[in-house]
Amino acid sequence: MIDIGKINEFQADILKEIGNIGTGNAATALSLMLNGRISIDVPNIRITNADGISQVLGGPENQVAGVLVLMRGDIEGMLLFLLDKNAVSHLLKVLLNENVTCLQDITEMGVSALTEIGNILSGSYINAISQLLDYRITLEAPRIAIDMVGAILNYPASVFGAMKDELMLIEECFYSGQDMFRSNLLIMPEPVSLDRMFSKLGAL
Amino acid sequence: MTGKQIVIGISDLNVASSPDGLISYALGSCVGICLYDKIAKIAGLSHILLPDSSPYKEVMPKKFADTAIKELIDKMIIAGCRKNNLTAKIAGGANMFSWSGETVGDKNIKAVQNQLIRQGIPIIARDVGGDYGRTVSIDAETGIVTVKALTKGIINL
Repeated sequence: MIDIGKINEFQADILKEIGNIGTGNAATALSLMLNGRISIDVPNIRITNADGISQVLGGPENQVAGVLVLMRGDIEGMLLFLLDKNAVSHLLKVLLNENVTCLQDITEMGVSALTEIGNILSGSYINAISQLLDYRITLEAPRIAIDMVGAILNYPASVFGAMKDELMLIEECFYSGQDMFRSNLLIMPEPVSLDRMFSKLGAL
Repeated sequence: MTGKQIVIGISDLNVASSPDGLISYALGSCVGICLYDKIAKIAGLSHILLPDSSPYKEVMPKKFADTAIKELIDKMIIAGCRKNNLTAKIAGGANMFSWSGETVGDKNIKAVQNQLIRQGIPIIARDVGGDYGRTVSIDAETGIVTVKALTKGIINL
C-alpha cells in the first residue's frame, strides 16, 4: 500500500491539483457565505507528522477550532479543518457580527456557524475530488472540537498512526477586503482509498 | 522545578533525574504515563498514542501502551531505579470529538492500567477521560505531576 510519506512527484502533483481545485471551490463557497469577494493564494501542501502540523499552527498548546468530517463511499477517510483564532474571529465577525477575543468564549451560535463552515469547505474539496475522479463520496455530519491543536490532532493520529505518522496538510490563505486569514486542512484518505485514487489516475 | 524540562513528543519516552523534569504537550486521546522512584528521585514519562501493539508486525515500541511501559521501566532501572519503588500517575485519554461508545482514549486508559497492574506498579493518581486536551509534566525532585487544560486550569497530582 502507498505511504503518503513516500509519494513520487507525479502523485504529489495530483494531490496539489486536488488542493488547487478544492481551494478554488472553497473560496467561491466562502464568498457566497460571507457575501463578499474572497481571493486566494496558491495553497501550500506539506506532508509532515502531527508534531510538525502543531508547529505550523502555533505550537501544540495553541487553541484552535477543528472541524472533522468523515468521508464514505468511493473514498473512505476523514477531513479535518483547523482554524486559528484569527480565522475564527474574522469569520464570526462577518457572519454573526460576533467579536471573538478568546476561542473559549464563542457562543453556541458561533460554534454551530463554525461547524457549518467546516461542512461547506469540506464539500468544496470533496467536489474537487469527485470531479477529478468521477467518484461518489458522501460526507457524514461534521463534529467540532475547540481545544489545543496537539490534542485535536491525536484523533487522526490514532486512526492512521499505527504504522505511519505522516499526514497531508493543505495551508490556504484567504483574502477578504483588508483581512487575511488562513485555513489548514488535513485530507486523510484510508491507505486503500489513496491507492485506488492514484491507480485510477494512472499514478500507481 | 529548578532544572531543565525535557520535552517528550508523541510516541516517545524518556527519563530525568532531580532537579530536571519531563513534559508532554497537548495530550488528547493519548495518555501520559508518569513513573517515579522517590528514593532515587528519578522520573519517567511515556506519551503513548495507541493501546496495543499486538495486531501489528513492525511497530515503534514507544507508540503503544503495552510496549512503551515495559521500555520505560527498563530505562528507569538502567538509570538507577528499583522496580519495587516505582509508582505511577496517569493523565489523558480524552474523547476530543465526543464520539459515543468506547473510544481510543478509553482503550488507551484501560491498556495503560492493565499493563501497570501486570508490572506491579501502583497507580497513585489519575486525571483521565473527558473531552479536553491536557499538558502533563513531572518534576523529578518531588514527583509532582502537573496537568494543565485550557478550560480547567492547572491541577497537581
